[in-house]
Amino acid sequence: MVEIFINGKPFEVEDGITVIQACEQAGEEIPRFCYHEKLSIAGNCRMCLVEMENSAKPVASCAMPVAKGMKIKTNSEMVMKARKGVMEFLLINHPLDCPICDQGGECDLQDQAMAYGSGIGRYVEQKRAVKDKNLGPLIQTHMTRCIHCTRCIRFAEEVAGNDQLGSLNRGEDTEITSFLEKSIDSEMSANVIDLCPVGALTSKPYEFLARPWELKKTQTIDVFDAVGSNVRIDSKGDQILRVLPRINEEINDEWISDKTRFAYDGLNFQRINKFYMRDSNNKLTESSEEDAIQLINSRLQTKNKNDIASIVGNSVDCESIFSFKLLLDKIGALNYDCRQDESFFLPNQRSSYIFNSTISGIDESDLCILIGTDIKKEAPVLSSRIRQRFLNYEKSYQILRIGKQNKTIFNTIDLGIDSKSLLKLKEKKYTEILKKSKKPMFILGQGAMCAEDSESIFNYSLMVYHKYSKNDKWNGFNILQNYAGRVGGLDLGFFNKKNVISRSMIKKIYSGKFKTLFLLSADELDFEKIPKNTFVIYFGHHGDRAVKRADLIIPISCFTEKEGIYVNLEGRPQISRQIKLPLPDVNHFSDFIKKISHALNVDLNFKSFDDLRQLMFHHNEHLSRINKISYSKLHKEKKVKNNLLNTEIFSPIKNFYMTDSVSRSSPIMSECSLNFFSK
Amino acid sequence: MDNSFKNFADENVQPKSFVFNNNNLVKAKEILKMYPKNYKESSIMPLLSIAQRQNDGWLPKKAIEYVSEFLNVPEIKVLEIATFYSMYNLSPVGKNHIEVCTTSPCMLRGSDEILERLKKLTGIGIGEVSKDCNFSLNKVECLGACVNAPIVKINENYYEDLTLQSVEELINKLINNKKIKAGPQTSRKGSEPGKT
Repeated sequence: MVEIFINGKPFEVEDGITVIQACEQAGEEIPRFCYHEKLSIAGNCRMCLVEMENSAKPVASCAMPVAKGMKIKTNSEMVMKARKGVMEFLLINHPLDCPICDQGGECDLQDQAMAYGSGIGRYVEQKRAVKDKNLGPLIQTHMTRCIHCTRCIRFAEEVAGNDQLGSLNRGEDTEITSFLEKSIDSEMSANVIDLCPVGALTSKPYEFLARPWELKKTQTIDVFDAVGSNVRIDSKGDQILRVLPRINEEINDEWISDKTRFAYDGLNFQRINKFYMRDSNNKLTESSEEDAIQLINSRLQTKNKNDIASIVGNSVDCESIFSFKLLLDKIGALNYDCRQDESFFLPNQRSSYIFNSTISGIDESDLCILIGTDIKKEAPVLSSRIRQRFLNYEKSYQILRIGKQNKTIFNTIDLGIDSKSLLKLKEKKYTEILKKSKKPMFILGQGAMCAEDSESIFNYSLMVYHKYSKNDKWNGFNILQNYAGRVGGLDLGFFNKKNVISRSMIKKIYSGKFKTLFLLSADELDFEKIPKNTFVIYFGHHGDRAVKRADLIIPISCFTEKEGIYVNLEGRPQISRQIKLPLPDVNHFSDFIKKISHALNVDLNFKSFDDLRQLMFHHNEHLSRINKISYSKLHKEKKVKNNLLNTEIFSPIKNFYMTDSVSRSSPIMSECSLNFFSK
Repeated sequence: MDNSFKNFADENVQPKSFVFNNNNLVKAKEILKMYPKNYKESSIMPLLSIAQRQNDGWLPKKAIEYVSEFLNVPEIKVLEIATFYSMYNLSPVGKNHIEVCTTSPCMLRGSDEILERLKKLTGIGIGEVSKDCNFSLNKVECLGACVNAPIVKINENYYEDLTLQSVEELINKLINNKKIKAGPQTSRKGSEPGKT
């Protein structure tokens, strides 16, 4: 700690921070454009000038480290004059087009020009104009407005890790562009829209739709991957207009992936808003709630409850899953599961399906071993976090990889593409790396967990982990889940233990063992394989893959139209908020379950949504600790002979932009797939 | 408007491919050895310089891509450097590439007039190449020899202590394919003090 004086008052601040950070801690606001907490320091906008005693010139506070006894003034005449001057220079080449600029109303330059500018410019010469660049389907450019803070360049280099942006030429001819104006091919690219302090980089889909003050802002979470990024959804009336990240250093820092940001428009298309039944001509015809309930109940009242199978989709909220489970348990139809891919996990061991080290644990780890995961596509936010650890770790941060060699944004040491190459961890080269590590982090992706030999992969990796991890406080054995609803489903016990062990649920469905199949927003099965004599009942909000096969379709509300708890891959329950009203005559899934139970004359012990949630908390106490992670003990590996195969392990996610029914319905995501996804 | 904005040359003059010739490949490998392995980008500048010399004084798109691949550095980082420094040309230049320093000391010693005279003598403007490809002209920032201002750089050499008359002589000699003497164009030796 060092003592410094800010505006005459003494402050104790941490050693090694910069003056701008110290001023912020002291509650002094310093204007800035190029400085950003999460990016490296550039020091080129000069807006953060402050006065420092014994310095003839004002100093750039973002680039000046604090020193003992430093005396800083942030509101002296010199500082005011310096800010005015810098602002006047910045505005020389900045067009005065705020009324037609999308950034207007939330623009750093606009705000700071009002607060610190001089009000009049003296510049009468010609302003420069810069040709707009084509940066792809997500980012709209107005390069004349650019003030060359280089935040976007630093973001691309440091966080997104794709190094495609740069500044060409010099002086007044400087231009920000990508090489040959290629679109920025990164799952995180659209974060530059938020970073841009002016209206140079704006959102293409949101272009000219609204002003920030017209929008209703709802703080919620993202459900397009299992990370559970914190977002703010801005809506106007019934329309969701944009999704922005919220800062949560424990989860997503302040970044979100492009899918999180732009897949929202899928909610407006392909919606199921009526009941449908397949008639004798194999055509879907409109039906009614009464008929649907009657049909479902006749199916549920079958004598042999083993004829009924139920599958829950990948991004269903906990309350819906729980209400479904209540009903199925009550009537005894116990063949249910929340995994369409039958990924491996151990019932009773929560640590076998969550990200044990937690996301912020990545920043502590000193070695990373990726097994069967394409983390850049499965969880771009985590991938960026690993990259930052990779770049910032004092020593060399090594990343070993087993599995398909997809593109990554950090350097990896590849051991091989099949699970058998796990055995290479025994080689001296790698044992030495493992021995040196104090906090190794294993990440087992769904590629490994869905593989044929996943149990062996799991056991063997756990064995290696236990052999080298001696630190009791560190739990770095992680499973990377891909879907928002998966951990919640497993936490609620929405699986049948017998089927989990034999891994035969899906096989049984395809073999026609079940006469009735309930699908709760489950779209990832191979529907052609489901035999004709199985009656498929689909609850869903999007007309996607399942409706082509379904015999009865029941509309339910989607995640933005209801409140619900989702558990992210760390095992952290978070609440997703309601943004708009459901479509007319479309129910919450749990309401529909209630109606079924009424008709069946079964009491499920809940009358309202709140009852349901309390009942769920009562059975699953850890879910009631919202935003908190409950500790899960990591068990020892099973002492069995491992049978590792030499088949390739690869990630189930091929096209990042289309992973679920919502993103598949999204026009923006289709355009991204066209641009960036090549088979 | 005079500006130093640089962009790639037209597609029809861009060569189809670019690789270092054997001599330059040896040189490039020598240069690589001079820098630590994890700071490969340090050799972007000398490599670009070699590439430019090999390609008649300018850098085609393929050369930028080649250097980027050679060093395993993103293309944009190479292009940033190639566009930042006035010494790299992204479009073809004449046999005699003239760069006129117009920064303050040279300007005070009359570089503006010299530039105007050069335009007249060669018949081309800034950033242009003469029809016979004999001359190209550019305006640059400080060449770092202010003590001998005003200065003009022609290809690899500096021509210093210029007057309008000596500029005219230089250009006439170049037109007639005669040799010209680098350095001060007066009796001054190097940058010795005294009357100029």
